[in-house]
Amino acid sequence: MNPNASQSSEISGKKKLGLIVNPVAGMGGRVGLKGTDGGDAVKEAKLLGATPEAPQRAKDALRVISRIREKIQLFTYPKEMGEEEATQCGFRPSVIGSIKSGETSPEDTRRAAAEMKNLGVDLLLFAGGDGTARDIYNAMGRDRGLTLLGIPAGVKMYSGVFALNAKSAGDAAVSFLETSTRNVVEAEIMDIDEASFRKGIVVARLYGYLRIPEERRYMQSVKSGGIQTQKQVIQGMAADLAKNAQEDCLYIYGPGTTTRDIVAEFGLEKTLLGVDVVLGGRIIAKDVNERELTILADGKRKAKIVVTVIGQQGYIFGRGNQQVSPEIIKRVGRENIIVVASKEKLASLEGRPLLVDTGKEEVDKMLAGYVRVITGFEDYVVYKVGF
Amino acid sequence: MPRDPSTLLRKFHEAKWDEQIILEMSVPGERGILVREVEPGVRKEVGTGVAAIPPGLRRKELPKLPEINQMRVLRHFMRLSQETMGTDLTIDISQGTCTMKYSPKVQEHIAARHPGIREIHPLQPSETMQGVLEIICKLEEFLKEISGMDKFSFQPGGGAQAAYTAGCVVRAYHGSRKDKKRTETITTMFSHPCDAAGPATAGFKVVTLMPNEDGYVDLEAFKAALSERTAAIFVTNPEDTGIYNPRIDQFVKAAHEAGALCYYDQANANGMLGIARARDAGFDLCHFNLHKTFSVPHGSMGGAVGALGVARELAKFLPIPRVEYDKQGKRYYLDYDAPDSIGKVRSFMGNTQSLVKSYSWIMQHGAQGLHETAVCSVLNNQYMLKKLSEIPGVVVRYAPGRRRLEQVRYSWEKLQKDTGVGTEDVLRRMADFGLQHYWTSHHPWVVPEPFTLEPCESYSKDDIDEYVAVFRQISKEAYENPELVKNAPHNQVVHKVINPSINEPERIAVTWRQYLKKKARQQGIIPKPTVESRH
Repeated sequence: MNPNASQSSEISGKKKLGLIVNPVAGMGGRVGLKGTDGGDAVKEAKLLGATPEAPQRAKDALRVISRIREKIQLFTYPKEMGEEEATQCGFRPSVIGSIKSGETSPEDTRRAAAEMKNLGVDLLLFAGGDGTARDIYNAMGRDRGLTLLGIPAGVKMYSGVFALNAKSAGDAAVSFLETSTRNVVEAEIMDIDEASFRKGIVVARLYGYLRIPEERRYMQSVKSGGIQTQKQVIQGMAADLAKNAQEDCLYIYGPGTTTRDIVAEFGLEKTLLGVDVVLGGRIIAKDVNERELTILADGKRKAKIVVTVIGQQGYIFGRGNQQVSPEIIKRVGRENIIVVASKEKLASLEGRPLLVDTGKEEVDKMLAGYVRVITGFEDYVVYKVGF
Repeated sequence: MPRDPSTLLRKFHEAKWDEQIILEMSVPGERGILVREVEPGVRKEVGTGVAAIPPGLRRKELPKLPEINQMRVLRHFMRLSQETMGTDLTIDISQGTCTMKYSPKVQEHIAARHPGIREIHPLQPSETMQGVLEIICKLEEFLKEISGMDKFSFQPGGGAQAAYTAGCVVRAYHGSRKDKKRTETITTMFSHPCDAAGPATAGFKVVTLMPNEDGYVDLEAFKAALSERTAAIFVTNPEDTGIYNPRIDQFVKAAHEAGALCYYDQANANGMLGIARARDAGFDLCHFNLHKTFSVPHGSMGGAVGALGVARELAKFLPIPRVEYDKQGKRYYLDYDAPDSIGKVRSFMGNTQSLVKSYSWIMQHGAQGLHETAVCSVLNNQYMLKKLSEIPGVVVRYAPGRRRLEQVRYSWEKLQKDTGVGTEDVLRRMADFGLQHYWTSHHPWVVPEPFTLEPCESYSKDDIDEYVAVFRQISKEAYENPELVKNAPHNQVVHKVINPSINEPERIAVTWRQYLKKKARQQGIIPKPTVESRH
């Protein structure tokens, strides 16, 4: 017998699927906050005009799963924590627990997870980010038997429990629920301290492991934090950018150590996690949100977006740089997107494509294909972009 | 060093001399050779002879060389030799891509001792060195036959210089066509790094293609990288994984359609001698490492040669001089008359002694022997791949079920996950069994915890079995007692050395002078060179 196989708790009848939506997850992304853990951050995000990301992502996944909805019993929490999303996708969920709508908290997530564990769900699907994953992990106590799958909807997704995107989460859930013997693997629950994160320090901490379906093609790799960048490689990339630099062109630099260090080579101090805008050799705006960026990149002046690859996942858009919205990407144009990454980073993808998840399929499609990545001075890698 | 017949393992312990650095052994006044005083008659005419040297070139201080007699010098180097694991001392399958084959000593004998090689000078008239010129010319004929190319240059002193020279030829070719747009070359991640560095040194921008999940180069990515800016592609095949790119003909076709030239790095040619030819596959240029495939040998034991072959239309760009044969005059001569040549990349004809060794090796084998070399090295590789795949912790990435050609890039990824013992630990432990530590991989490590092995035709089944037995033993130790492997080696003079990165000036000194300076600086002493009076 395969020791990694988990038998279904239901001998006959329907499979049990649990669903938790963290309705505030991902709200900080577009408005330039680094996550919404902690009540003030949620309020700030709302003030800045953030709209919920997670409900939409959850629905994208549920639509895929709805084709087997007759075969499963869906358990979820009330209103925006899953009930609404499930109902809108044609499910008739069993709603458990109670919440104060509009004021959900991590405590609600923890309670929901504990109750679903007690119900013996075959798979717990959740929409959120690292904070949500951590809350679920904390609710498990000593029993780590639950199988989890994350619909990526947060700003930070360093944990290894997330599918590549919402649709992949749906595919992976269907594939997992439809087979009687399921292979599971343990995946890291990681998170970074948001307070440090906002100050520009990336320290990904490993909290523990939970089981996830073994579906590598659908899953994100664990993002690794704190990798040192080789100075010479950075200098090479900076020299290449400088050689081809255009005057009177906005350079929109995405987050990450690579972009920060490249900008440092120009004698400028870039924020680590924010999107900064450079024009004529100086930074004209730091840590801009989507609205500010839309005003700056108004389409009248030429603009280029410089982004790097986030960790081992391979994302160039849609993880940690949601301020660069699909609208801005579209306006700037594919030919003005510059990707910078070391060969080590590209090698760590092990042949998997670079990924984009801008939130708009049309823009994801526009970005798909092959991109020329700057890996040093006059040194490039042509690499596939998928979504 | 007896071998246990049941385990095939040896109880090896390296000689422990812990030899000093020769500069530390210096005894003032001690001499190896006493040079005779200048004879009075000579002295009367020219003084000490120093007067003939212009004042600006004269030393003001004596050189700080160690003062040491002949016997101590010999003993010193003999001891050092016992503290190294030379290729003739061990089963040297370890240096994958290096093709560490046995080099028959007769080659050394001819190249080092035959007066026709030993006593000639490249500037003497070509009439007086017809023998060596004939050898060079015939070696070129052999390589033309082996590769299908039309002209060779033996000037490059290694594979990387051949790639650089090829880059210069490519540039000259496009230049002659007034095509100035072609500023880029394309290579692959599993090709040798010189296929990027060579053309980059020749002034090209370099585009690299990553392997896909199956370890192959993605043809679509290649087509996306090709453009009117592409000057040439520089690829190794089989790549360093040992996997032969089965669609290489489509790559060549696509490159030619885009107006680019195709360069074949044949450093991994040992598995296809007499079987497949670069020119037949459409390539315009290729190089062989004579110090690998053609037995010079490799690794600081002889000068290297990157023999660069080209198709007819590129021949005029090759370096000068070229060795030619005048059919009417029935003589060999050096041809400098080549106005389109890129010039010289090295003095004269390159490492001539190495050419003699390769010529000798080919003559010992004949056409049938070269074919057998390829067949045998491929067979050895398959046998070893099968045997190593059975060892717990060994992973062979990519293209499952497909054969590798003459080498394999293996991985200890699973061993590391299971036991914490990684490839750097295993390689140190190997030395305890009397094996040369293996080569891991070029950087960056695309294959995690890599090691690259090439059991070429020189090695018997018994050699491979012993080699595999060592790996089986180390794997067993890793699962049972990982600390034993992690703290290896145990039977060596120098134990575990923390693997330094190259750029650590505080810890590493590459010359004695630098060492003294750093030591003095560390001790807070400003070094003060003293001039001793030595007459």
